[in-house]
Amino acid sequence: MGFLTELRSRGTAADYQALVDRTPYARLLGLSIDSIDEGGRLLTRLRFDPSIVGNPNLPAIHGGVLGAFLEMAAIFQLMSEGEGDRVPKPINFTVEYLRSAGPRDAFAQATITKLGRRVANVSVRAWQDDSDRPVAAAHGHFLMPQGP
Amino acid sequence: MAKPILDLVRGDLQLLIAHVPHARLLGMAVVDVKPGECWIRMPYSERLIGNPETGVVHGGVITTLLDQCGGSSVLAALEEVVSIATLDLRIDYMKPATPGLDIVGYSTCYKLTRNVAFTRAVAFHARIDDPIATAVGTFMLGANRAQPAILSAGT
Repeated sequence: MGFLTELRSRGTAADYQALVDRTPYARLLGLSIDSIDEGGRLLTRLRFDPSIVGNPNLPAIHGGVLGAFLEMAAIFQLMSEGEGDRVPKPINFTVEYLRSAGPRDAFAQATITKLGRRVANVSVRAWQDDSDRPVAAAHGHFLMPQGP
Repeated sequence: MAKPILDLVRGDLQLLIAHVPHARLLGMAVVDVKPGECWIRMPYSERLIGNPETGVVHGGVITTLLDQCGGSSVLAALEEVVSIATLDLRIDYMKPATPGLDIVGYSTCYKLTRNVAFTRAVAFHARIDDPIATAVGTFMLGANRAQPAILSAGT
């Protein structure tokens, strides 16, 4: 049984942290999987660190980091709901920046709008203090891994 | 006509991104800058891997490079330096980056209005006509009241 198949059958947040630990860039950004709700939605956290700042005068988290964070939250969600053990590949990804993200932790949750055989459509939101005041929102298409 | 930002960075192109902590973390280096155009190189690093089985860098790394490049091309297009903020960025991924190779980002700011700047960007290894990813972005001008970070670099 492959890594993800095993993970899907157990599925606590601590288990899903393995998705982060396997991805060097997610570790570099300091991501973690904080929780998983009854619907199977992962809550991903971006820990604030001075090295992820884009504008030091505000200060604000780098827009690219927020984009990468949202994209990773989408991929983690797809890996938790998809099949097989391979990583989905992004086809395109559109990020809307809604507020500047301050020097605090940020959180993201992804919703799979459609999980097709070859392509999945995902929406993701990120917020800091209040989940009703998102700092960024994104949607993207991913090519789902084929075969076993 | 000379652009103020180009005068500012003429002696040292790295000043264009030196004030951005995350650009430093990823080892980005400005290769060239012209009015409304910017080229930035990012070295391959195992820390940037997204898929541990293939060693390919994460798509999000390309996002960061093209966002940085887009913003820098806007700064290079401005007559007067103001703070800018990304409004949106769409990235299309054409092929995985080759493990071990540097990635170059190129962006052009093809339209400036009073409030908004429009950019197109490409990420590639050696040839711009063989893209890893392309992006279009829009940036708000005068996005906040803070002094533009590039002007306070080194102070």
